[in-house]
Amino acid sequence: MTQQIVFAVAALSALVAGVSMVLARNAVHAALFLVGTQIALAVLFLLQGAFFIAALQVIIYAGAIMVLFIFVIMLLGVDREEVLSEPLPMQRVIAVGLGIILVGEALYLGMTKAFQKVAAAPVDAALPGEGNVEAVARALFTRWAFPFELTSVLLTVAIVAVMLLAKKRLD
Amino acid sequence: MNDGLYLIVSALLFTIGAVGVLVRRNVLIMFMCIELMLNAVNLTFVTFDHMMGGIDGQVSVFFVLVVAAAEVVVGLAIIVSIFRRRASADADQVSLLRW
Repeated sequence: MTQQIVFAVAALSALVAGVSMVLARNAVHAALFLVGTQIALAVLFLLQGAFFIAALQVIIYAGAIMVLFIFVIMLLGVDREEVLSEPLPMQRVIAVGLGIILVGEALYLGMTKAFQKVAAAPVDAALPGEGNVEAVARALFTRWAFPFELTSVLLTVAIVAVMLLAKKRLD
Repeated sequence: MNDGLYLIVSALLFTIGAVGVLVRRNVLIMFMCIELMLNAVNLTFVTFDHMMGGIDGQVSVFFVLVVAAAEVVVGLAIIVSIFRRRASADADQVSLLRW
């Protein structure tokens, strides 16, 4: 019963904050609504027993990435109200129509149990007596060790690319 | 607890993000909507993990987080360099693919 109440509150606040983010006129407000969505999602992760991912969600997403967003908003000085009028006619109507089609498709797939046909036994499951963090760490450093090392290459490439993009022209 | 409800929340969040990318013109808010879509996919990963009793979905979420961090850094750098040139965060202003 408690779980259902926590789920309802977290899911509702995630959806309301998501809609508010799209409708926000001010970029800072949008960023704060996105933080709200991400914290609500962390609660949903906790409810499903993914403790490590919930902690990562709060630390990396709601913490580091959103601080970067706010930093850039303040740096560029776009933290003012913007005009929400749309120069392209019909764009909003078509966008919302496409969104309704998309959610219809996703719900149809979810409701018709299309996924249960491919549900094989999981390769890595938590061993008895093993916590969530230990299970994720064991999978990450054994079966997924090579992709894990590749992410370090990705981060290095991203850092070099950002330095090249952000530096001022020397000439 | 019914796992289908988590999938419904995830589908709705993904749609909100997709509609946001189409509707908004401020590049920063479009970028935030992309983050929202990534978050919705993460919720799907964790939900399927919970349904199947595995751990691989959570490892996938870990990789999505790393890629999202790299993507945010590069994307914000591109936005900053666009802003230096145009002094505007409006996506319609960069419709020409030239300097």
